[in-house]
Amino acid sequence: MLKILKYSFYDLIRSRWTYSYGGFYLLFTLSLLWLSNDLSKVVISLMNVVLLLCPLIATMFGVMYYYNSREFTELLLAQPVRRTSIFLGQYLGVASSLSASWVIGVGLPFALYGVFGSDQAGNFAMLLFVGVVLSFVFSAIAFYIALKNENRIKGFGLAILAWLFFAVIYDGLLLLSLSLLTEYPLEKFSLIASLLNPIDLSRILILLKLDVSALMGFTGAVFRKFLGTGFGMSIAFGVLLLWVVLPVFCIKRVAGKKDF
Amino acid sequence: MFRWIFISTLILAGQAVILANTFRVCKACPAFSIKEAIKVAKSCDTIYVESGIYTEGNIVIDKELTLIGIGRPILDGEGKTEIITIAANHVHFEGFVIRNVGISYSQDRAGIRVKEASDFYVKNNRVENAFFGIYLQKSRNGTIEGNEMVGEAKDEVSSGNAIHLWYCDNVLIINNITYGHRDGIYLEFVNFSTVQGNHSERNVRYGLHFMFSNDDVYRGNTFLDNGAGVAVMYSRRIGMFSNVFQKNWGPAAYGLLLKEIHDSNIEGNTFQENTVGIFAETSNRIVYTKNNFIQNGWALKISGGCQQNNLLANNFLGNSFDLAVHSAGTDNLFDGNFWSDYAGYDLDKNGIGDVPHRPMKLFSYVVSNTPESLVLLRSLFVDILNFSEKVSPIFTPENVVDNKPLLKKFTIYD
Repeated sequence: MLKILKYSFYDLIRSRWTYSYGGFYLLFTLSLLWLSNDLSKVVISLMNVVLLLCPLIATMFGVMYYYNSREFTELLLAQPVRRTSIFLGQYLGVASSLSASWVIGVGLPFALYGVFGSDQAGNFAMLLFVGVVLSFVFSAIAFYIALKNENRIKGFGLAILAWLFFAVIYDGLLLLSLSLLTEYPLEKFSLIASLLNPIDLSRILILLKLDVSALMGFTGAVFRKFLGTGFGMSIAFGVLLLWVVLPVFCIKRVAGKKDF
Repeated sequence: MFRWIFISTLILAGQAVILANTFRVCKACPAFSIKEAIKVAKSCDTIYVESGIYTEGNIVIDKELTLIGIGRPILDGEGKTEIITIAANHVHFEGFVIRNVGISYSQDRAGIRVKEASDFYVKNNRVENAFFGIYLQKSRNGTIEGNEMVGEAKDEVSSGNAIHLWYCDNVLIINNITYGHRDGIYLEFVNFSTVQGNHSERNVRYGLHFMFSNDDVYRGNTFLDNGAGVAVMYSRRIGMFSNVFQKNWGPAAYGLLLKEIHDSNIEGNTFQENTVGIFAETSNRIVYTKNNFIQNGWALKISGGCQQNNLLANNFLGNSFDLAVHSAGTDNLFDGNFWSDYAGYDLDKNGIGDVPHRPMKLFSYVVSNTPESLVLLRSLFVDILNFSEKVSPIFTPENVVDNKPLLKKFTIYD
């Protein structure tokens, strides 16, 4: 598996897409830092970007890579290599190269502006972590969808739909149910509901790190109380981890059964 | 005739000055306790107290005296009693350090109490670790200047106010510094008074608190990191000018809390980084002009029952929410303000945007109905929601609109 991972990773690292993806973050972060010169504000602006772009790019890239490398996959399948190690290797290659682009693209400018000595180091670490996790989660979901669907158009459509669901539709449904159930105490409900969506969970983890949490009044206090404890934090990280493990497990299962 | 009266008054006054004695209190002086000096002294005398630590319990000043501390003498209450009680008119009290008053749940002990007196002058004292710092009751025409109150209040129940006024008229509170009490400055039934140039920081409840007080002015004060900056309740005709409200930040914190206050002016103040800049509840006929609202959670929350409030020429810069108005049928006016998220244009170049601005976003409306929906703050869905509402407003109140939004920040030079 490691060999395939290595191969996929090097293949992707050399590709134009990875360069332009990393280069985009590099330029974007540099220009933000250059314009505002305030680390905390840039962290906030990047938060909006990471929540939108990281999942979207990871989804697209995951689907694209799977379909593009199909012939090579078939070649590999003819060799005495375990199936799961082929697909997991490819998946990890995609996810890690995306994460590397993100970490280097955003990390370099921040390191240049001296984030590590400043009080923003914790927030920045959270931002990086969230970006990496989201890349892993959404490329796994994309891989799973691509594996399930031979039809490329259908696969792309479903992957985009999955991203749209987590990024927009889920929040819409949440807002709808919150406003319909407004007579009831909803703190626990909103807490659990936002734990279940990786994008929402990431957003709240970052929001709580930033000052804005006081804005959220009582709800924010509930969140802070929950996520402020070691127990709550480990649950949150556990759920994020689960969001990586679950699709990977599905990939493994489908890969084991699939006819080629 | 009048000239004679004038001259004889002058002569009398001169004699009074000449007749006034001075006393010194120190370890080696003839009078070595302050109480003794007060006992011996007559009206209009001056007592100089030299540096040292005096533990004399409660000292009552019941004559028209001037007490001046030289080299900051320390009056220590040892946590048992109130320390200074001023119970005469024309008392001048200056330059002391007063400490360790001690918490009491049965009486309002104070570092310095002014009791039914007029024309007092309390200046440049430092009060440390007191329950109440300076307590004025039923007093008038006095000045509290340049005092410093340092407390270590932990909760509202076991702490007193730094400067507390009860049934007072015409008092000037100027350039004082208060830290760590319940309220920095508390005014109850206080009329025609001025609070100016004070600094209130880290007080548990409010930086400045008005209750049932009319015709007062506060200007040029700084309120930093208090439970809430200023609370104005059940009062009329209060002028609030050029104050700074900063970092009053927490789940229930406000820069300025208005509750049942009418006919007042809020002008030239700066509200920066507060959870809520101004929270107004049943407050009518208030004019907000030339204020800066910078990076607050909510710049302005106006609840139902607020009528005929005018918001003119304010700057709203980078707040999470500029405005939350609870009821639709209000006749409040929002004109000629600068909104940092205004996206209109100005074709005729007169500095006023051609497209009206709606400061109340749909999400702001949603949040005021279901507070829990704040978990969706800064999510993509909410941005889409706000955008679509902006294009064709349906939910947000029709009349919450700025018809003359400014294109450039309002500055005091305009």
